[in-house]
Amino acid sequence: MNVKKLAVLGLGAVAALSTLPMSSALAQNEQFVPMLVYRTGPYAPNGIPFANGFRDYMKLVNARDGGVGGVAIVTEECETQYNTQIGVECYEKLKGKGPTGATVFNPLSTGITYQLIPKSAVDKIPILSMGYGQTAAADGRVFPYTFNFPTTYWSQASAFVKYIGDKEGGMDKLKGKKIALVYHNSAYGKEPIPTLETLRAKYGYDLQLLAVDHPGQEQKSTWLQIRRYRPDWVIMWGWGVMNQVAVKEAAAINFPMDRFIGVWWSGSENDVIPAGDGAKGYLAGTFHAPGHGFPVHADLLKHIYSGNEAEAKANNWGEVLYNRGVVNAMYVIEALRAAQAIHGAKPLTGEQVRDGLEALDLTADRLKALGMDGFVSPLKVSCLDHETMGPVRIQQWDGEKWSFVSEWIEPMRDVVRPQVEEAAAAYAKENGITPRTCG
Amino acid sequence: MLYREAGLFKTTYTADQALFPIPLDRYFVLAVLAVAFLVVPLVANEYWLQAVLIPFLVFSMAALGLNLLTGYAGQISLGTGGFMAVGAYMTYKIATGFPDLPIVVAFLLSGLCAAAVGVLFGIPSLRIKGFYLAVATLAAQFFLSWMFNKVPWFYNYSPSGTVTAPPRTLLGITVTGPEASAEVRYLLALTLVAVLALAAKNLVRGRVGRGWMAIRDMDIAAEIIGFRPYRTKLLAFAVSSFYCGVAGAMSLFLWLGSAETEAFSINVSFQVLFMVIIGGLGSILGSFLGAAFITLVPVFLTNAPQLVGLSMPVDLQKHIELMIFGGLIVFFLIVEPHGLARLWQIAKEKLRRWPFPY
Repeated sequence: MNVKKLAVLGLGAVAALSTLPMSSALAQNEQFVPMLVYRTGPYAPNGIPFANGFRDYMKLVNARDGGVGGVAIVTEECETQYNTQIGVECYEKLKGKGPTGATVFNPLSTGITYQLIPKSAVDKIPILSMGYGQTAAADGRVFPYTFNFPTTYWSQASAFVKYIGDKEGGMDKLKGKKIALVYHNSAYGKEPIPTLETLRAKYGYDLQLLAVDHPGQEQKSTWLQIRRYRPDWVIMWGWGVMNQVAVKEAAAINFPMDRFIGVWWSGSENDVIPAGDGAKGYLAGTFHAPGHGFPVHADLLKHIYSGNEAEAKANNWGEVLYNRGVVNAMYVIEALRAAQAIHGAKPLTGEQVRDGLEALDLTADRLKALGMDGFVSPLKVSCLDHETMGPVRIQQWDGEKWSFVSEWIEPMRDVVRPQVEEAAAAYAKENGITPRTCG
Repeated sequence: MLYREAGLFKTTYTADQALFPIPLDRYFVLAVLAVAFLVVPLVANEYWLQAVLIPFLVFSMAALGLNLLTGYAGQISLGTGGFMAVGAYMTYKIATGFPDLPIVVAFLLSGLCAAAVGVLFGIPSLRIKGFYLAVATLAAQFFLSWMFNKVPWFYNYSPSGTVTAPPRTLLGITVTGPEASAEVRYLLALTLVAVLALAAKNLVRGRVGRGWMAIRDMDIAAEIIGFRPYRTKLLAFAVSSFYCGVAGAMSLFLWLGSAETEAFSINVSFQVLFMVIIGGLGSILGSFLGAAFITLVPVFLTNAPQLVGLSMPVDLQKHIELMIFGGLIVFFLIVEPHGLARLWQIAKEKLRRWPFPY
C-alpha cells in the first residue's frame, strides 16, 4: 500500500529468507495455524504445557503424515500473558499471516475469547474455544464462527451436580445438602453460576458463591467462610496460581479432598503437587484421559523427541494440560481434514475451515486410527450445536498421578440447552444479530 | 535558528496569549493533526490502528485526565482505572438503555457520571494530602471495580459479567460494535482526544488552571489569595474524572469492544500514573508523550526481533522486552526526572540558539 508497508514486507522477506532457507514452492502449500500462548506471566505454569502439547501435535502431523492432505502446517506463537489486550494485539498481528490467513484461533483464555467472538464473525476466522469461553456460543445459529466443543462450563457444572447426586445416593438426596462454589472473579469464573442456580431450584441444595479475585494468591477469608459454612461439597472454578492455593487451603482446614471438585482447568499436576500429601484425593473434571499410555503419546515420543523420554517429560509430555493441548490440536487438524473433504486438499481460508469445524464428525473408529481410542470421547458437531455436549469424567489425584474415578457422565441436556438458547437469543438481540436458520 | 523568536512582534494581547505563540509550534501542531486525520487512516493497516494507535489515543485521554489532577492540581490519584470503569459501564448502560441516543452524547454523559463519582471520592482530598490521598483514591479503585463486578444491573444481568459494545451509528456510519471499521473508530477517538486536549490546554492557562497550580504549589498561599480549596480541588477531581470517564468509554466502545472489570484494574491506574510521571507532570504534551512511551514501546519491542530477522522463543522475547522496558523507564527518569515533556522543552530551547549556542 505504501512505502512503510513495503519496507516491512521487504524486511520480513529478508528475515524469512535468511532464517528459513526453504523452497518457495512449499510456501504456497501451507496452512497457517496461529497460536496464542502464555509462556510468561502469572498463568504461565498452565500455559506452557498446553502450548507444548499443541505445538508437538502440529509438528507430529507434519513429521508423520506430511501435513494434512499434503498441505504442511505452519504455526507461529504469539505471547499473550493471559492478558486480553495483548491477546487482541496478537490476533490482529496473526490473522493475515500465511497464504490464506489464519485458520482458527485457540485463545486458551475466556477473556480473550470474549474479545474475539465479535471480531471473528466479521473477519470470517473461526474461534475454537475448547471447553471454555462463552457458553452461549454453543448455539451455532447466533455464533456461526465460534465453537466450544466438546463440552461447556454449563454442561460440566450439570455433570458435577450429577456426580454429587450419585455419591450422595440419588438426586433426591441433594435436598438440603450444602455446596460451595469457589470461583475466579472474572467472566470465566462466573460461567457456572446460572446453571448451578437453576439446578439449586430443581434439586433444593444450598449454594454459597465465593469469589476469589485475580490472581488468587490470597484466599484465607474464602476458606474461613467455608469453615463456617461447612459445605458438603466444594466446587472450584479456578485457574493458575489460584488452584494450588485453594488446594493448600482446603488441606489446611482438613476439608475432605474427595468432596472437593475442580473444573477441568483446576485439575493438572501444577495444581496439586505444591500441596503435597494434602492434595491426595482431590477431584477434577476432565474430557480426556490422563497419562501417556495412548498410541498417540508413543508417536509423539518417537517423532518429536526421538524416543528420549526424559526430554519429552521436560516438555510436559503426558501431563494433563499437555494432553489437553494435544486434544485441541487434534480437533483443529481433524477440522482441517473435514474442510478439505468439502473444499479440496489445498490451503484453506478461515471461512472454509469453519465449514470443516461444523462438519466435524469424530467417530470411535477415527479416534482409534489417531491413536486416541479412549483418550477422548467421539463427537459430532452440527450447525445448531457447536458444543456437542460431550460427556465429562471425574479424575482423582492419588499423590502420584491422576486417574479416573467415574464413568463418562452425560450433562443434563434438558437443563443446559434451553439456557444456552436463551442466552444466545439475548446476545443476538443486544448486538443486532439475526440468527441464521439451520437446515 | 529553528525556534527563532527574533522578528516576531506581537502587537495584540490576543497574539501574545495565543495557545501556541511561536508560529513554528503552531504549524507543527497543525501538521501533526493533519497527518493524524488525513494521512494515517489511509496508510495504516488494521494492526496499526487497532493494536497501536487506538490504545495510544485511549491512554492519552486517560493520562490527560490524570495530569490535570496530579500534574496541575497536585492531587495524587490511584483511582484512574475506577473512573475509567465508570465511564465504560455508564456508556454501556446509556447506550443499551437509550439505543437512539447518539453515541457521542452517551460518551459525554458517562463522562459526567464519572465526574460526579470523582467529586465524591475527591472529598477526602480536602483533609488529606500526598501519599495518604493516594491511598484514599485507591479505595475508589477497589470499590468501583468491586461494584461493577458485584451489581448485575451494570452489566445488564449477563451471566459472565462481560459488557459488549453494541453497534451504534453516527451520521449514518457504524462507529461501534464489531462491524465498525478500525479507521472510523480511530477517527472518532482522534476527534474526541483532539477536542478535549484543546479544551484542557485552554483550561490550564485560564483562571481554573491557575487556581489548580496555586493549590498545588502551596495551598495555604492559594487560600490567602482567594482560591477556595474545596471548590478548586473538587473541580480538579471532576474535570479529571470526566476525562478518565471518556477514556474508559473509548476503551470499551472504540478499542476493546467487550470488557470485564479486569480491563480497568489497579494495573491500569498504575500504568496511567506512570505515563503522567514519565511524560511530565503538569504538561499537556507530556500526557501524550507518556502514553506513547508506555503503549508503543512494548509493541515495538515485541515486533523488533522479527523486523531484524531474529527468531527467538516468545517467552524469552517477552522477558527481554520487560527488561529493556524497565531499563528505559529508569534511564529516562535519571536523565530527566521531569519527564519527556521537559526533554522536549530543553531540545526546543537548544534549537532556538542552534547552531550558535552560547
